[in-house]
Amino acid sequence: MNASLPIADGGERQLSSPAKLDSAVPAAHRMRHSALVRVTHWITTVAFLALLVTGGEIVLSHPRFYWGETGNVNMRPWLNLHLPSSRDTVPTGYGFVLPDQNGWSRYLHFQAAWLAVGTGLFYVLFGVFSGHFQRNLFPAASDLSIRKLGGSLVRYLRFEWPGKEEAWSYNTLQRLTYLFVIFVLFPLMIWTGLAMSFGFTAEFPLAVRLLGGQQTARSLHFLVTILLVLFLLVHVLMVFVAGFRNRMRAMISGTMISGKMISGKMITGRATPPTE
Amino acid sequence: MSKISRRKLITTGLAVAAGASGIAVAAKAAQHYGLIPPDAGGLYGPGETLTYAAQRLLGRHSTAREFSRSEISKNPFANEVDPLGDEFKRLQTAGFVDWRVTVDGMAARPASFSLAEIRSFPASSQITMIGCEEGWTYIAEWAGVPLSYILDRVGALPQVRYVVYRSIQPDWWESIDMADALHPQTLLAHGMNGNELPVPFGGPVRMRVPRQLGYKNVKYITRLTLTDNLKPFGKGRGGANPDSGYAWYAGI
Repeated sequence: MNASLPIADGGERQLSSPAKLDSAVPAAHRMRHSALVRVTHWITTVAFLALLVTGGEIVLSHPRFYWGETGNVNMRPWLNLHLPSSRDTVPTGYGFVLPDQNGWSRYLHFQAAWLAVGTGLFYVLFGVFSGHFQRNLFPAASDLSIRKLGGSLVRYLRFEWPGKEEAWSYNTLQRLTYLFVIFVLFPLMIWTGLAMSFGFTAEFPLAVRLLGGQQTARSLHFLVTILLVLFLLVHVLMVFVAGFRNRMRAMISGTMISGKMISGKMITGRATPPTE
Repeated sequence: MSKISRRKLITTGLAVAAGASGIAVAAKAAQHYGLIPPDAGGLYGPGETLTYAAQRLLGRHSTAREFSRSEISKNPFANEVDPLGDEFKRLQTAGFVDWRVTVDGMAARPASFSLAEIRSFPASSQITMIGCEEGWTYIAEWAGVPLSYILDRVGALPQVRYVVYRSIQPDWWESIDMADALHPQTLLAHGMNGNELPVPFGGPVRMRVPRQLGYKNVKYITRLTLTDNLKPFGKGRGGANPDSGYAWYAGI
């Protein structure tokens, strides 16, 4: 079946060079993300949003941050968020106290953390064995020159978005960003989170000592959260820029339609061979 | 849409079946080894059970970090409590001479100890951090009698699994498992930073469980009950905080 391929939007289909197509994979509906990537992506999304909401809720019970081991309302914070608090022991300047939501917030925070950590371990293990990292995330050594990266960055800053042919593979900047989030920011979140647990640090005191103390761990947990939220915002923005429907399709069903997308309507044309 | 092959279906089916039976076996074993917290039911039970079981498996006997004298907080924060009742004020006016801690439940020799007796028991001291679930912390030197000494003295029966402890304040109680109850750092604390424990910090006697958060460190202790079952206490979740929606285990 390569003469009559199903096309999602029923548009006019022209295959410019059918010879380039491999086997039975429809030119217009090609695999972009493996099931492993898609499933772990959405589980992580759910867990991350739960962690973000509950984490914010927990911060409201003491919206101040300190360095070192100790910190409380009798001490000077390095950061006071000046938000209303869910405790009347924190002087906020607001004339009201928010309702206490820490019970379920803490329950859900740790449950979502387990989900995220479990999914992350699964992803990393299978990513290594399936060659996902090798194929899709580790940049080629030749792409790591300052000139090339700088050029890529400048194009982003000039809002010259990557062309359609780049949709089938991550460019080097994307690869480095995803690697940074997966192998630096997520592990830092887990580490700084566990470093706040008295049960955990009783067994592994170095986990908190290396960071510089209980309150430093809490501050870093908050700062890395900000980096992750920035990543999330840019990530979602780029999905919109690159074509929301096609990218969502790629991360849900796994396939992406090759062709140009004009105001939400698919016009299939050139079948771009996957670059992976 | 790709077709799901028969082989894939069979492998997935087998994996799910193996996973389900694995979980069933693990749950049985966990129950046997005391790795299921009293609030294991409900929406957040899975995460809570994983946390409690993981920490008990990782370090049943590990000790909370201890600090040097120079790290003791100069301005410790005494979290607020509900207004102290008339009974407390009467005892306080008399210098707490009539303060008693009753120990009952599954004990060979249930007893009631006066504050003077508790202060005369062999004391242990530690410089540890107390941290609230809200996020704030301070470090202090705590002195008191190890809870294990009390349990030994009243002849705790071998089947005891939890110690329930109550404050003189209405509806303020918590419970801990034996890993914490017999832990050398768990104290019935009556001293702080070289002085008698001040009232705002829980004096004359508070529970000190340094491997868990502040809310397990109940102030103004008057009663300990040794039990093998938390169901009959409150809503059966093992404490006033758990009854109001907080986790029973506060090691995280």
